[in-house]
Amino acid sequence: MNLLELYVFMLAAFVGFMVISRVPPLLHTPLMAATNAISGISLVGSLIAAGSARDQVATILGFIAVVAASSNIVGGFLITDRMLRMFKSGSDNKAGPR
Amino acid sequence: MRELFIQASYLIASALFILGLRSLTRPDRARRGMQQAAVGMLFAIVGTLLNHTLVDYRWIAAGLVLGVVIGYPMGQWVPMTAMPQRIAIALTFSALAATLVGVAEYHSEIVAGGLPTRATMLALDFEIILGSITVGGTIVAAGKLQEWITSRAVTYPGQNLVNGAIFLGVVALAVYTIVDPAAGWAFYTMIAASFVFGILFVIPIGGADMPVVVALLNSYSGLASCAMGFAIGNVILIISGSLDGASGFILSILMSKAMNRSFRNVLFGAFGSETAAIGAKSSAGMSVRSISVEDAAIQLAYAQLVIVIPGYGMAVAQAQHAVRELAELIEKRGGEVKFAVHPVAGRMPGHMNVLLAEANVPYDKLYDMDEINSDFDRADVALVIGANDVVNPAARNDKASPIYGMPILNADHAKSVIVLKRGMAAGFAGIENELFYDKRTSMLFGDAKASLTGLITEIKNV
Repeated sequence: MNLLELYVFMLAAFVGFMVISRVPPLLHTPLMAATNAISGISLVGSLIAAGSARDQVATILGFIAVVAASSNIVGGFLITDRMLRMFKSGSDNKAGPR
Repeated sequence: MRELFIQASYLIASALFILGLRSLTRPDRARRGMQQAAVGMLFAIVGTLLNHTLVDYRWIAAGLVLGVVIGYPMGQWVPMTAMPQRIAIALTFSALAATLVGVAEYHSEIVAGGLPTRATMLALDFEIILGSITVGGTIVAAGKLQEWITSRAVTYPGQNLVNGAIFLGVVALAVYTIVDPAAGWAFYTMIAASFVFGILFVIPIGGADMPVVVALLNSYSGLASCAMGFAIGNVILIISGSLDGASGFILSILMSKAMNRSFRNVLFGAFGSETAAIGAKSSAGMSVRSISVEDAAIQLAYAQLVIVIPGYGMAVAQAQHAVRELAELIEKRGGEVKFAVHPVAGRMPGHMNVLLAEANVPYDKLYDMDEINSDFDRADVALVIGANDVVNPAARNDKASPIYGMPILNADHAKSVIVLKRGMAAGFAGIENELFYDKRTSMLFGDAKASLTGLITEIKNV
């Protein structure tokens, strides 16, 4: 571990704090779904564990992790999109079919 | 060259993730932004697959296929009403992945005859403790939300003592593994103890406090991926993990603020177990006025401004579509309808907004508490649908009440109040609601959906 990673952590946490505190309560559920999808990034670690052929236990655990993380990515982005599609303003509603 | 491409893909992914979350500040841009974030994810995955340490793609391919098979229905077919459970399960998955990767990392390090450095061990401990607490906690939370487990607070004497002891045990084991990374027994006991701690930690938390807990566990699972990033030296994990952690943290603070309760109180207070008797005013000697569907329909039909206050009861009765229909009907007759959404209405942050949006209520009619509270003074009718504690004036004027100080919607400022309610049972907090006994309040008892359908029919006849 080097200090550079701590800098990255500090800056990312700061950016996250700034960006997310501006999300209105209206979109808090989509926000949770979106962060679920993004948390699927643990797939990166899972892929390395599953594919490095170091030992059998690591491969199996990595495999389960790949399943869990990738289902979060697919499910998370799909449901976020589904949800955001539902949020329409009054003017959109009149234009589009019911 | 390959290494450069991998790093570039992570850079692009991080930027798109941040922009995606930023787009969520505006409902009209959010969809586009999140689609771009999905593209970012694709970059990160492709970049990782090019990593030279990957030599065997069979398990990876199988895992990805299975992940898509499980993830697609979870994204496409889960109904919006099941969103709270769905989010809890997704958190289980993401924490499970983090935990398993941590174990795999430790195990292969030991098998290879090496020992993780102390710094790596510290990161692994964080990853695994946060990960398995989240796995245990979210399983219980999902069970409670789906009502497989009672959603009431489960308490027993000495609960906080037991939880505290287990937590101290986890910390002690973590310190031991850092001092002696070869001690496998300590490492694996630590995982089991964290898992048990996660379960015991959520068990005493009642249904209405779930928004805070789910948000907090969201933050833990984010921090677990962040710790994974430190353990395996991967920057994209650190960045996405901290975005995730920040989001969960902010939401849990907002939620506990909206209940006027400290974190500590939500987590260790077991609010729902307090009996109604404590401090709260008794309802003895007061009576409620019930109203017929016909009379309620007339009030609504001639109202200039109706403010609808949805609560968890609306979600339970699946009444959101009927609410939208009623609102359209009133508007067609020339009245105005607004929706007042309390931050903790429902079982997760933003729950009511999603349900109403699904029922085709335009989002510009959904107002946050701060935006709408001054409008109640000119409202003719405040229509409370399955909400209780969020409109209880005791929060404002009864110092002895357990919810004293919690910001509420000013339903009692409206010229008249109609409450749709199943029966006279007290709200989640077990506190009597003076609003129901107010002389301007009338109660319309029955299933919310049935009452609303009745109101719609009657208003059409007015």
